[in-house]
Amino acid sequence: MDRRTLVLLFLLLVSSSSLGSSSSSTPDIRVLSAERRIDLTSSIVRVFLTLKVENTGASQASDVLLAFPPTEAEHLAMVKASTTEGKRKKKIYVPLSVNPTELPDTPNGAHLFSISLRNPLKTGEAAVLEVLYIVTHCLEPFPVEISQSETQFVYYHDSATLLSPYHVMEQITYIKTPNNKVESYTRVDPTNRAGTELRYGLYHDLPPYSYSPIIVHFENNNPFAVVEELVREVEISHWGNLQVRDHYKLKHAGARHKGIFSRVEYQSRPSISGVSSFKHLLARLPPRVHSVYYRDEIGNISSSHLRIGSQKSELEIEPRYPLFGGWKATFVIGYGLPLQDFLFESPDGKHYLNFSFGCPLLETVVDELTIKVVLPEGSKNPSSVVPFPVNQQLETTYAYLDVVGRTTVVLKKRNLVPEHNIPFQVYYDFSPIFMLAEPLMLVSAVFLFFIACIVYLHIDLSIRKS
Amino acid sequence: MGAKAENAVRPPSLAPSSSFPFPSLRTLKLKTKQQELLIRVSTLALIYVLAFAVRLFSVLRYESMIHEFDPYFNYRTTLFLTKNGFYEFWNWFDAESWYPLGRIIGGTLFPGLMVTAALIYRVFRFLTFAVHIREVCVLTAPFFASNTTLVAYFFGKEIWDAGAGLAAAALIAICPGYISRSVAGSYDNEGVAIFALLLTFYFFVKAVNTGSLAWGLASAFGYFYMVSAWGGYVFIINLVPLYVLVLLITGRYSMRLYVAYNCMYILGMLLAMQIRFVGFQHVQSGEHMAAMGVFFLMQVFYFVDWVKYTLNDPKLFHSFLRITLTCSISVGALALGVGTATGYISPWTGRFYSLLDPTYAKDHIPIIASVSEHQPTAWSSFIAVAVSATIKNLTTLIRTKSKASQTVSSKGTSSLKASAKASLDQALPFQRNAAIALLAGAFYLLSRYAIHCTWVTSEAYSSPSIVLAARGAHGGRVIFDDYREAYFWLRQNTPPDAKVMSWWDYGYQITAMGNRTVIVDNNTWNNTHIATVGRAMSSYEDEAYEIMQSLDVDYVLVVFGGVTGYSSDDINKFLWMVRIGGGVFPVIKEPDYLVNGEYRVDKGAAPKMLNCLMYKLCYYRFGELTTEYGKPTGYDRARGVEIGNKDIKLEYLEEAFTTSNWIVRIYKVKPPKNRW
Repeated sequence: MDRRTLVLLFLLLVSSSSLGSSSSSTPDIRVLSAERRIDLTSSIVRVFLTLKVENTGASQASDVLLAFPPTEAEHLAMVKASTTEGKRKKKIYVPLSVNPTELPDTPNGAHLFSISLRNPLKTGEAAVLEVLYIVTHCLEPFPVEISQSETQFVYYHDSATLLSPYHVMEQITYIKTPNNKVESYTRVDPTNRAGTELRYGLYHDLPPYSYSPIIVHFENNNPFAVVEELVREVEISHWGNLQVRDHYKLKHAGARHKGIFSRVEYQSRPSISGVSSFKHLLARLPPRVHSVYYRDEIGNISSSHLRIGSQKSELEIEPRYPLFGGWKATFVIGYGLPLQDFLFESPDGKHYLNFSFGCPLLETVVDELTIKVVLPEGSKNPSSVVPFPVNQQLETTYAYLDVVGRTTVVLKKRNLVPEHNIPFQVYYDFSPIFMLAEPLMLVSAVFLFFIACIVYLHIDLSIRKS
Repeated sequence: MGAKAENAVRPPSLAPSSSFPFPSLRTLKLKTKQQELLIRVSTLALIYVLAFAVRLFSVLRYESMIHEFDPYFNYRTTLFLTKNGFYEFWNWFDAESWYPLGRIIGGTLFPGLMVTAALIYRVFRFLTFAVHIREVCVLTAPFFASNTTLVAYFFGKEIWDAGAGLAAAALIAICPGYISRSVAGSYDNEGVAIFALLLTFYFFVKAVNTGSLAWGLASAFGYFYMVSAWGGYVFIINLVPLYVLVLLITGRYSMRLYVAYNCMYILGMLLAMQIRFVGFQHVQSGEHMAAMGVFFLMQVFYFVDWVKYTLNDPKLFHSFLRITLTCSISVGALALGVGTATGYISPWTGRFYSLLDPTYAKDHIPIIASVSEHQPTAWSSFIAVAVSATIKNLTTLIRTKSKASQTVSSKGTSSLKASAKASLDQALPFQRNAAIALLAGAFYLLSRYAIHCTWVTSEAYSSPSIVLAARGAHGGRVIFDDYREAYFWLRQNTPPDAKVMSWWDYGYQITAMGNRTVIVDNNTWNNTHIATVGRAMSSYEDEAYEIMQSLDVDYVLVVFGGVTGYSSDDINKFLWMVRIGGGVFPVIKEPDYLVNGEYRVDKGAAPKMLNCLMYKLCYYRFGELTTEYGKPTGYDRARGVEIGNKDIKLEYLEEAFTTSNWIVRIYKVKPPKNRW
């Protein structure tokens, strides 16, 4: 509990400090050059932004702000920033912390994120920042409904210029589409299109918060696989097994399927029929995975292939039917893992689980993820360390032969992308003596049963002696 | 008698108290009696395990799943029971089946099975075993089969001796007829009902042997459990009176019999009437009249006995007897006649008639005839029972224990025992060698029988029939999981209130796995409703559309085996749809679908056949598909012909989903066209 308040306090502190410092430094920074590369080749939009900023003010600048329009901020899954250090060959990327922040005078509800620099920029100094931000659910299918033989076209809305609270000296945007079938795109000269690449810019001397909306309408037949809800249960048994159960609610979030589904078309002309549908997905599981199952409410799903490697295992799953736009499938993937690969002991004697956050399915968006780490019965003081903000709470679950129940750490997060698959830790105290509780219970139950039998056989309950 | 009863209920597992508590190493050598006990107990334990294990083929070969059709209904209701509690279950009106009529579930089912499974589930949960209700349901039948072997042992012990009990337990553990109804996943009423049946008989025989009210009570509760579990309780309520009647006729009437039967009948009847599905049928329907008749007969017997004792004069007694008998028989006949005429006592149902006369259903009720379960049993299976019963007696012969068998003469497989025994008693003077030879032969036959049972279980009875398995071209196993593919598609991708029309065979599965409303299902309580669906399937598309509109149908589901060669599909069942439809709606005439009395789907088929809804839905766009190398397109592998109508156009329906092997095809009913 106190931990959470601490985190909150910390957040508050950070935001207030950034608020204070940035409000004074906002006008003093200008962007010398900005290059944006927008990758539209999958259902997840990834934007790589290279900013060269310069401090023109009198005071030092420790934060740089990024601005997002409200529609984009809503679907923003992740913002990462890094700076480069060293020259050419010895170039290394140093990650920087990014936090949402607010300013009193942002126009049109733009959302701001502040990047905290490692070394404050002195007057006249310039720095290069590499920013990656990932947006989900922003490719809007149009037409909204397609038939089996049609391909899927989507809209992408953005601005030709970079939305920024600073003055931008020069800026260019590259948009990469999955193929060269681009139905239409907004022209904001200079605009250029070559193959799968669309170029907006160079633009010069843009005032703060300049925005010129563009729409790109292009073909995108990538699987729009969205897990609407994913519940992962990770159960630790100190007898040597880590049991994982993932409950998926999968949906094809692309253009809705309209009219008939013809199996004969689908089977005989796979290249033109149902191109935007998908029939299998790849899940990346840890190595040394065992007893994998793949089932749903009505039983086993008999179509899956498992490849176990030394680095990773791959499970190719096939839902019961191909998923067309708007179709859904729910299923459960479960597997066991050797505990020693994931459970470690920290120097202060605590146990900790080191497990990967996020969804094992490749290139899949997760709308809502719940991870339940079920600690063994008798464990105390659970705490978790997750590299990004999540909702945390504690629960108690009951499984085989539990008396007091198992403490469960529940972590919740919305809007996840594959980039969230990074390790997190759950720390807890556990005394190995509790491992013996359940076997002892069983032994004593059997013992009592035999005692009862013996007592019964030696008591004469008859009223009349025969 | 009393001492004997004590022996039977006591678990025969521990040595006499003299050697208790801790025998030293010197006394470890067991006495003969202890050895016998040990052998008996371990054999019984082995049989118990065997009965369970032999039923697990389907779980090992496929998965832990519910099989076939009716078990899916039972599973769905059990799920409801565990989620909502007994009270909700008992008052459950199910709007998801028999649309738009619905079905009162609580009043139209035997709840014994569901309550049993739910109780087992509760016990497991109470012991904090985190099992899923499905696992409980799948393993209920094998578990009860194991328990049945115990009952069979005690039953055999009661009527003969422990050896016979063991033989009975072993035989019932592997009896194919029983296995076919109780493999893991076959979550059906019979699974627990056979146990209840045997238990009732055992308790009743015990009650007759001891005259104890407690055993009579136990048999009444056994009977109640049986009634709550299965409609086959009628078998008990007719067999027990028959048994009593035989005892009466053979002059074995005794006070013990009087106590046992009266207790069992009265209490059993009162308890049975608590089951809503039975209710007053128990005192009204013709099937239960035998029990009541015997009950009154018993009172007459007792009364006559009393009069005889009071009068103490044979001549007077004889005239009295004549008068009373005439009176009582005429009164009974009159009551029965009046009751039947006024409809107070319902006549016997068609299923009962068809039991007596196997051809009855075929001529009169197509819906009963269309179910393979209701087909008369082949005579060969009776012979198998006879053979096994004879073998059982041969093994007991060696013991040469002649004990008056006063009890059993009409129980199940033992019915043949009496006759077999009569002939064997004369065989006693034979030499010991001959007996050994016989025993060896019997052992050989028995082992062959055991092998046969295992084989038949693994090959014939362990297929869930939801998942079909076949050998692929390269020898690998190919799984056809089309049923679940379609049901899961329905479950996930149709509106929650969608109504699905299909032939009634798939009703339970659609509601349980697809979670959608169906028009008709396997309950078959309303023949007219089924006939309406049959009529829609056998009409032209526009006529069918009107019927479907009147029933609010959104989707039509058909099962089609033409691509895979799966023969129990809707085209092969189609004639039953025509017959059942035609039985209610004379517009549908069977000869319209036949050519010279022959049922065909190729070019020579009747025009009505080629254009009826079922044909169109099954073969829609099938004409474009090549199913087998070297055959023309549209070659139906289930029937081995090229179809007659390859250019099928649908006007009022559209294909919504077809499974990967085309076994299940689902069509969406289009909304009505605009008039302007």
